[in-house]
Amino acid sequence: MSCASARMMVRDPMKNSVRNVYLFPYVIWIGLFVVAPILLILYYSFFDIDGNWTLANYKTFFTPIYLKMAASSVWYAFLITFFSLLVAYPTAYWLTKTKHKQLWLLLMILPTWVNLLLKVYAFLGIFGTYGLANAILETIGIGTKQILFTDFSFVFVSVYIFIPFMILPIFNSLEELNPSLIDAARDLGASAWTTFRRVVFPLTLDGVKAGCQAVFIPSLSLFMITRLIAGNRVITLGTAIEQHFLVTQNWGMGSTIAVFLIIAMAIVVIATGNRK
Amino acid sequence: MEKEAIIRFERVTKEYDGLVVLDDVSFEIERGKFYTLLGPSGCGKTTILRLIAGFTEPTKGTIYFHGKPVNHVPANKRQVNTVFQDYALFPHLNVFENVAFGLRVKKKKRLEIEEKVKQALRFVNLEGYENRSIQEMSGGQRQRVAIARAIVNEPEVLLLDEPLSALDLKLRTEMQYELRELQRRLGITFIFVTHDQEEALAMSDQIFVLNKGKIQQSGTPKEIYDEPVNRFVADFIGESNILRGTMIEDYLVEFAGKRFTCVDKGFRPNEPVDVVIRPEDLEITTRDQGKLQVRVDSQLFRGVHYELCCYDEDGNEWLVHSTKKAEVGEEIGLYFDPEDIHVMRISEDDGEGSDEK
Repeated sequence: MSCASARMMVRDPMKNSVRNVYLFPYVIWIGLFVVAPILLILYYSFFDIDGNWTLANYKTFFTPIYLKMAASSVWYAFLITFFSLLVAYPTAYWLTKTKHKQLWLLLMILPTWVNLLLKVYAFLGIFGTYGLANAILETIGIGTKQILFTDFSFVFVSVYIFIPFMILPIFNSLEELNPSLIDAARDLGASAWTTFRRVVFPLTLDGVKAGCQAVFIPSLSLFMITRLIAGNRVITLGTAIEQHFLVTQNWGMGSTIAVFLIIAMAIVVIATGNRK
Repeated sequence: MEKEAIIRFERVTKEYDGLVVLDDVSFEIERGKFYTLLGPSGCGKTTILRLIAGFTEPTKGTIYFHGKPVNHVPANKRQVNTVFQDYALFPHLNVFENVAFGLRVKKKKRLEIEEKVKQALRFVNLEGYENRSIQEMSGGQRQRVAIARAIVNEPEVLLLDEPLSALDLKLRTEMQYELRELQRRLGITFIFVTHDQEEALAMSDQIFVLNKGKIQQSGTPKEIYDEPVNRFVADFIGESNILRGTMIEDYLVEFAGKRFTCVDKGFRPNEPVDVVIRPEDLEITTRDQGKLQVRVDSQLFRGVHYELCCYDEDGNEWLVHSTKKAEVGEEIGLYFDPEDIHVMRISEDDGEGSDEK
């Protein structure tokens, strides 16, 4: 069906132009809110705080302060992605085996419909000194701990927020997996673990890649969670951009960081791309 | 050694969610023979295969391998390999790696793996295809890869789950010859599942005919074809004319309002029976020379023969395979020998209830 219509589009230029009309609103949207902002960012990145043309911003980026910031952004994004994957894969696998798949799936997607800020504030309450987490620690005899404003709480909350985006693509790829392939591997002498390692995981790698993209890329530019949960202890590129635009008003430097962030995202997309 | 039973099913029952798919089945599988499990879909044939392979466990009863119960032995610990209906080749591995999978899992040495994979591919006429991806292979070639992937592990029993059903007719006939030949060369036991009776008759040493989770009959292809034990088997294997009749006494049966001599005996006097006459055993003659008089209702040219559909005076339908042509509407006679009549006890499935055997 799609093949036939594709052929028709090639043969019939009239139809083709009609189809393009439908695309028009989206092209305008992309132009105004994706392409133009990126070009603007690129443009602003060549100006200093007083509006003079300069390359100094780029020089500044390659100083230890910003490089460290970039490194820590990548490191935290990696941690968030890693732990999301660690929790999401078994969950998705379990999900394919359960009876009420749709219900469970709905329950897992539900939190994504709740405003991000609300969820973060909820965790402020849970992790606070007089919150639920500390109450439990107190009861089991460990005693009150500083949970909020730590690396742990930052990664934990981020993982919580991103995990549905990891589960969904992995779940889909597991669902597409032909179950007789698992039978075949077992039949050929593979243990459950070997079957997973040599057949199931390689064949669901596309889902894993898609999930990693969906988690890693937004994790790079987190700033609200760093501010609220990590108490600005964790400074990522996202935080830096926010500070430059809203606090120091150095739009040029903020734009320069954004340029590098966009480059980093492009690299991630290309590296995890080439899907079959 | 020749007659040793490799696999034995003892009163095996399998239920899925309370639904009985295999009902108290017992049989033995001997070394080096070509077995076929034949039956319509849902008859339990694939379930038997999955039980042997170890993908599922029996609800009741015991499965023995070489006399040892194996009910709880998982698939990866059994000396059997399967050729799956959809081949189940690993799409992320090339031909070589697909075939090598079992050997790699068993941690064989690199050289040994290379040699055995090459040999297995030679066996199925796929030399030189090692580096092809599965997507580049045609249906028939994938089939061969699947067979190579199974036999490279040198199983004692090879299970084949309707492996030819996805191929076109010509390729399927070719593969029937090849599979039979392969089984002879390897000398291992094949258990072949199919719903195609011609395939079963052409390839097997021994056929199990299954219906509704029970083995209806087991025997050589010739036994099953010539001496079906009940209406189901007669109907499922080949085409047949099946009529209700009465066994008057030994060697004398009544059907279609007439009495005929036959070669069957051992029934109660006047026992109601099913009578089978194969369409190819009916010969067209003139009205007067025939043992039965019928009117030709329709005629189809089938290539090797004409297929005639006729009705007798009582309204019984008679299917005739004849190399001679007849005219539609013509009244003809049908001739057959006493040996062509096959008398069967009425089976339980028909609701009439057969007496103690």
